[in-house]
Amino acid sequence: MEATIEVAGLRKRFGSAQALDGMSFTVLPGQVTGFVGPNGAGKSTTMRIILGLDAADEGTAFIGGLPYRTLRHPLSHVGALLDAAALQPSRSARNHLLWLAHSQGLGGQRADQVLELTGLASVAKRKAGGYSLGMRQRLGIAAALLGDPPVIMMDEPFNGMDPEGIIWMRGFLKSLAAEGRAVLVSSHLMSELQDSADHLLVVGRGQVIADTSVAALIEAASGERVELRTTARTGAMTVLAHAGATVAATAPDRLTVSGLSAEKTVAALTDGHVPFAEVAAHRASLEEAYMELTRDAVEFRAGGADDAPDGTLRGGYSARPSGDAQRAGGGQR
Amino acid sequence: MTTITPYRSGQRPGPDGFAQLLHAEWTKFRTVRGWVIGMIVAVVAAAGIGLLGTGTSTSSCQRAGGQAGSGPVSGQAASGTACSSLTFTLGPGGEPVSDSFYFVRQPLTGDGSITVRVTSLTGLLPSQDPNGPPTPTRPGLEPWAKTGIIIKQDTRQGSPYAAIMVAAGHGVRMQWNYTADTPGMPGAVGPASPRWLRLTRAGDVITGYDSADGAHWTQVGAVTLSGLPATVPGGLFTASPDDDQESQNFGGGVNGGGGPTQATAVFDHVTAPGGSWAGGYVGYPEIPGAGAYHQAGGRFTVTGQGDVAPIPAGHGGPADAAATLTGYLLGTFVGLIALAVVATMFMTAEYRRNLIRVTLAANPRRGRTLAAKAIVIGAVSFVAGLVAAAVAVLAGTAVTHARGYYEFPVPTSTVVRVIIGTAALAAVSAVLALAVGTIVRRSATAVAIAIVMIAGPYFLAVAAVVPLGAADWLLRVTPAAGFALQGPYPQYPQVTAIYSALSGYFPLAPWAGLAVLCGWAAAALALAAYLLRRRDS
Repeated sequence: MEATIEVAGLRKRFGSAQALDGMSFTVLPGQVTGFVGPNGAGKSTTMRIILGLDAADEGTAFIGGLPYRTLRHPLSHVGALLDAAALQPSRSARNHLLWLAHSQGLGGQRADQVLELTGLASVAKRKAGGYSLGMRQRLGIAAALLGDPPVIMMDEPFNGMDPEGIIWMRGFLKSLAAEGRAVLVSSHLMSELQDSADHLLVVGRGQVIADTSVAALIEAASGERVELRTTARTGAMTVLAHAGATVAATAPDRLTVSGLSAEKTVAALTDGHVPFAEVAAHRASLEEAYMELTRDAVEFRAGGADDAPDGTLRGGYSARPSGDAQRAGGGQR
Repeated sequence: MTTITPYRSGQRPGPDGFAQLLHAEWTKFRTVRGWVIGMIVAVVAAAGIGLLGTGTSTSSCQRAGGQAGSGPVSGQAASGTACSSLTFTLGPGGEPVSDSFYFVRQPLTGDGSITVRVTSLTGLLPSQDPNGPPTPTRPGLEPWAKTGIIIKQDTRQGSPYAAIMVAAGHGVRMQWNYTADTPGMPGAVGPASPRWLRLTRAGDVITGYDSADGAHWTQVGAVTLSGLPATVPGGLFTASPDDDQESQNFGGGVNGGGGPTQATAVFDHVTAPGGSWAGGYVGYPEIPGAGAYHQAGGRFTVTGQGDVAPIPAGHGGPADAAATLTGYLLGTFVGLIALAVVATMFMTAEYRRNLIRVTLAANPRRGRTLAAKAIVIGAVSFVAGLVAAAVAVLAGTAVTHARGYYEFPVPTSTVVRVIIGTAALAAVSAVLALAVGTIVRRSATAVAIAIVMIAGPYFLAVAAVVPLGAADWLLRVTPAAGFALQGPYPQYPQVTAIYSALSGYFPLAPWAGLAVLCGWAAAALALAAYLLRRRDS
């Protein structure tokens, strides 16, 4: 059984609010997949539907090819942390893990193992109600790891963590993925995922806007722009325009070139015997790339194409990115 | 791209059994100290309040003793101050009985039959003047004044018997062994409407017949009195129970009143196997010397007081002051309130913190999860109820005996049934509360609803906040019908008394009450399961 999360065409309406509007993606093993988008984009709803807690109006969600509600011993298929505050405050951390372990036919020593793994062993006997948010996150992760599942899903696990905890968490997520697990981590802050996610699902308004590797997303956001310095500004602009680039002067001796790779820019300038210096490919930060994507989504929505058939949008995605950024959402239309 | 080996779980979970769910829910329950303490509070409250009630019976016992006057009056009445010397006459079934009547008898050997015609039944009721004489002076009949033919194992009080009789207000009856009662021909007896009665013995079987004309006979009943000796006393009898003027007021309280009555019957056409007649009391008349018979030719006039019937708890004579099983268990409804809180919270606490999502993610099959929770809370409550009831009854009995009070007797089988019944009441109530918690989800609302459903109607009925009829209705249709499981005593139509919940009488039979409570629990559980499946969590 392939350790994946497969979500296809999920739609869910809460009253007048369309929480999910054709949410589709696949989370593959061996990498950390960031699930990012602004608050209200549908991340938590999607996760609840994956866990069979909420029922989708339309669409399917599978774990390793099976609906969650049909799983036996589900915690050995998926470990999930939805809400670190979902605890009986008067119950100790160990007892919280103990009942959960018993529900899966596991014993108390497995609870002790995951307490050790998450660094909670020394405070295991304390009431969970007295835990800080960061400690509760760790306890939630311990619970998610109880069944040693191949799929891990966490909703905003960085919330309430101190910087040390965030660093620990990043390393921990990476190590889980390195073991071959599929790891889906949601966040509304791209910066939290900067150094841990390998792959990104950017969501907005209940849909996937981009399903891309982190590298490809940055490349796309950078837009193949090249910056260079030249003393022969006019000559350079002429040569590059002939080569098919769009050139903008940003300073008396500075140009920004788009539509042409750095290599081709250098070749065109060399062929035209134009002097230049400091050729540099522009690199966007992940944050910038994300902002650009979500802004597009917002603009698209503001354009009033709300009722566009969902199928055309979904058709725009491949199950996997081919390496290039999938500029879905606004880009596709 | 590197090839990825998908991760395989290193954990080998046990079999996918319901037992794990039970184990998980049990772990959940026992690891919240507040719930465990709540259960202990429920047990202590249920057992302790009954003990307090046993303490208060001191005064009523002493008062009863005082009323009875000094010196031993009879084996059935109080002897001054020592309550413990009070005893009940027990019937063949172990239940307390009245067995006092005027008996005109002859020895009957082997099979045979007695036939009579009753031509008149008249009586006297207590004077309504509070300063009037203690003896009945006012003409009138107590409705259960009765006369007829009786065959009795011997003349000791409480011995087995069978009788065919006509009661003043209830027509012809066949009664045997105090608790059994079968109606025959209806209507009052009088010179214009005489009643022919016949009682036949064939081995151990006694058969009663009635007739309006002495020619056409109808069998009223046949009863086997096993172990009947070859020769038994048999003959005519008359009894007239105390006039019971008690009535329950709206808003509580019972008005006492009444006093001894007597009845006089006239028989003719008496046919008996032979032998000479002898008159005398079985037991004692309430007014010494108030019983007689005259025989003139074939005509017998028999006057008597007393009753041949079971004694309801809390009514009449020593039964008024006796400690009862119901009294020991009076704290049950307080215990049930504490228990309802715990049982409701067992579910609502999960909703409060969204822990329900963790629970349902761990066990996606909603029905099984709910069932596991219900079984765990039901089992815990069953044990709590069992402990509370056993402690209440044993400690109550011990205190009663230690202080020299007396106890209304009940058969051991009834005590066992009441204790187990209390446990069942607790268990099913807890399941109902859990289901309410699942349906409502909010702790405060759910707890309030559960308490109002389970303990509310009982409280209204027992505290006599509502009239008897409404109380009766509440204890039939609400979940409080389950309190009938604690009803230690059967109700007797042939004994006039107020059968109220406070004295331990419930309108439904124990198992019918359990069925009503189970019906509520099952309906609530079904709705809870439906909602749990359909609702987003």
